[in-house]
Amino acid sequence: MLTSKEVNIILHRLACQLIEKHFDFSNTVLIGLQPRGIYLANRIKNLLEQEYAIKNVPLGFLDITFFRDDFRRGEKQLEANKTQIDFLVEDKKVIFIDDVLYTGRSINAALTAIQSFGRPSEVELMVLIDRRFSRHLPIQPDYRGRQVDAIEDEKVKVCWKENEGEDAVYLI
Amino acid sequence: MIFETADHFKEVINRPIKKVPSLRDITIANIFFENSTRTKLSFELAQKRLSADVISFSAAQSSVKKGETLIDTVNNILAMKVDMVVMRHANPGAAYFLSQNVKASIVNAGDGAHEHPTQALLDSFSIRERLGEVGGKKVVIVGDILHSRVALSNIYALQMQGAQVKVCGPKTLIPKHIESLGVTVEPNLRKALEWCDVANMLRVQNERMDVNYFPSTREYAQQYGVDKALLDSLSKEIIIMHPGPINRGVEITSDVADSKQSVILDQVENGVAIRMAVIYLLASKIQQ
Repeated sequence: MLTSKEVNIILHRLACQLIEKHFDFSNTVLIGLQPRGIYLANRIKNLLEQEYAIKNVPLGFLDITFFRDDFRRGEKQLEANKTQIDFLVEDKKVIFIDDVLYTGRSINAALTAIQSFGRPSEVELMVLIDRRFSRHLPIQPDYRGRQVDAIEDEKVKVCWKENEGEDAVYLI
Repeated sequence: MIFETADHFKEVINRPIKKVPSLRDITIANIFFENSTRTKLSFELAQKRLSADVISFSAAQSSVKKGETLIDTVNNILAMKVDMVVMRHANPGAAYFLSQNVKASIVNAGDGAHEHPTQALLDSFSIRERLGEVGGKKVVIVGDILHSRVALSNIYALQMQGAQVKVCGPKTLIPKHIESLGVTVEPNLRKALEWCDVANMLRVQNERMDVNYFPSTREYAQQYGVDKALLDSLSKEIIIMHPGPINRGVEITSDVADSKQSVILDQVENGVAIRMAVIYLLASKIQQ
């Protein structure tokens, strides 16, 4: 669906959109959602710092396992990941970053989970892929890489260079 | 898996808001047929941090005193739609017996002089936190091995993870066939401490002693108590653990209990995280 080149263009566009809205990031924090959102979050942070010379963008990772609403509903045991937020989000503008927005339930859980770290003044959502027709909740992204119309039994797979060896998005 | 989950929960309980909603539809009964402060509070706190509904009762006020059997008591509680039972009981094997006879998840919070699994888990977790891993480490368990459920659970847990275990104490308080568990007995405390990386100091359980196992508390403290002078005279820094409650001046002196080498309060903190992990993992198996 997306090649390495297209992913790269999208990352730059997303970074620029963030700068347009948040300027110098003095009151803004990035939160990558575990497990798959952290790659995009790291990329965006690196882009902002290296290409656009914005220093010290705070970045945290949030694990939502214990806040999910499907505990005990699936076959698989839910395994937690590391949460690492070394700052308070009180009165900050928080940007959630995830790879794919699908049902919106993860974001719903993240909205609950982030309250444990304070009351953000504002929460925004950035996703690389927005699956349009599958939302269970009224949640929409503020920054989206690409919108796709995938049917239920199709799967969107996002690959990252640091993990899968290439930047690409597949529809399986 | 329990330790990894506990790592995450330890992070959770250090947040400004220390609570997660995972178990909001689960009800847990804490049944304590024996006195307990630390374990009971720790379990209750763990359950509340997971947003479970909790009912607690102590046997002193219960109808067990009126002659009700254990299975009946627990089945009556389960009839009120309780999903999990945490139980402490004076009889060895009580929790196992219950798990075979009732339909609910049972967590053993200590059964007589038999076992205390969550204590052993939190002890290993604390060692892992301080020393990086448990495997290959040398641990000596000092004191009243005979009456201690902590000792037996620790021996199992430590050996499973590849640690070497020695026990040390008055001969009367060492069970006769303890070697069959693969541990060695070291009657001399100084030698035991020189050998080990971690010393787990057990409490002398006066309430379980029907006869005198040693001449006097003073003599016990002299032979098997650790003070600062002894600790400082060792060739390396060892870690001091204690499951509590401490008899200050008997097993260890105050300056040892409050020293940098002691992880006693870390053990208490880790206890909540470990119990959250155990309950969370067990609850994930409960069918809806």
